[in-house]
Amino acid sequence: MNELIGIVCFGIGIVFNFFGCLGLLRFPDIYNRLQAGTKCVTFGTIFLLIGTLVYAGFNALGIKAVLCLVFILITSPTAAHAISRGAHHSKVKLWKKSVIDIYEEEGEGKK
Amino acid sequence: MRRIGLFLVSMVIWYLLTWPYNFQNQTMDWQIFFAGIIFSILASILFVEVFTKYPHKLFAPVRYFWALCYLPVLFFYMLIANFDVMYRVIHPKMPIRPGIVKVKTRLKSESGRTALANSITLTPGTLSVDITDDGYLYIHWINVKNTDVEGASKQIVARFEPLLEKIFD
Repeated sequence: MNELIGIVCFGIGIVFNFFGCLGLLRFPDIYNRLQAGTKCVTFGTIFLLIGTLVYAGFNALGIKAVLCLVFILITSPTAAHAISRGAHHSKVKLWKKSVIDIYEEEGEGKK
Repeated sequence: MRRIGLFLVSMVIWYLLTWPYNFQNQTMDWQIFFAGIIFSILASILFVEVFTKYPHKLFAPVRYFWALCYLPVLFFYMLIANFDVMYRVIHPKMPIRPGIVKVKTRLKSESGRTALANSITLTPGTLSVDITDDGYLYIHWINVKNTDVEGASKQIVARFEPLLEKIFD
């Protein structure tokens, strides 16, 4: 039973990761790509780790999976934030159909 | 106080990582156990500067209760976010109206603001780009509905702020 639930979790995780990669290819500029990359890949990886926990049970392997889950939940959005801020500071333009860019208008938060 | 907090945190993480106790034959690996204590003491002496400035918050059980309440909320919004991104990726015309807007938060503590920015990144259609000292966040929004500060704050920040205020402030 545990093996079945674990494999179902692996399946869900891989599907979300797949859509994250598809978004990475289809979206037009770096910021939209980061959106797809961060959200879907974080969620998919969380499901992979939950699957590992169910599959392995509460032993050394399962506990490490939970610990990785917490660290990914903290570090992945932080990395996306650092990349987007760095991109904006290196004058990477938004997509040409973008509606508004207050960050640019206000001098990148210096005002 | 800060040193005790850092000592406990690093020791818990060490034991979770190494897992010295064996359930099958009820034995303890004493070598790993004492190594954990020694290195936690070393870490709490050397790296106390990078630790949080308000360690008394670590010892308040109410905050852990609210953190447990916060997890399902975050999980629910992450689920919505993923189906949102999937819809926009699969749709042949890609219905996106991206832009960077500005929102205001009333959270004061640094860790609270960090948690808020991370939550915003993981929830539907938003990605935090930068934060200023006086509590304004710049958010990249994949489908801009409101360009002024108040309206955008109501739609992006309001769903997390009450819970995060109870956890971190």
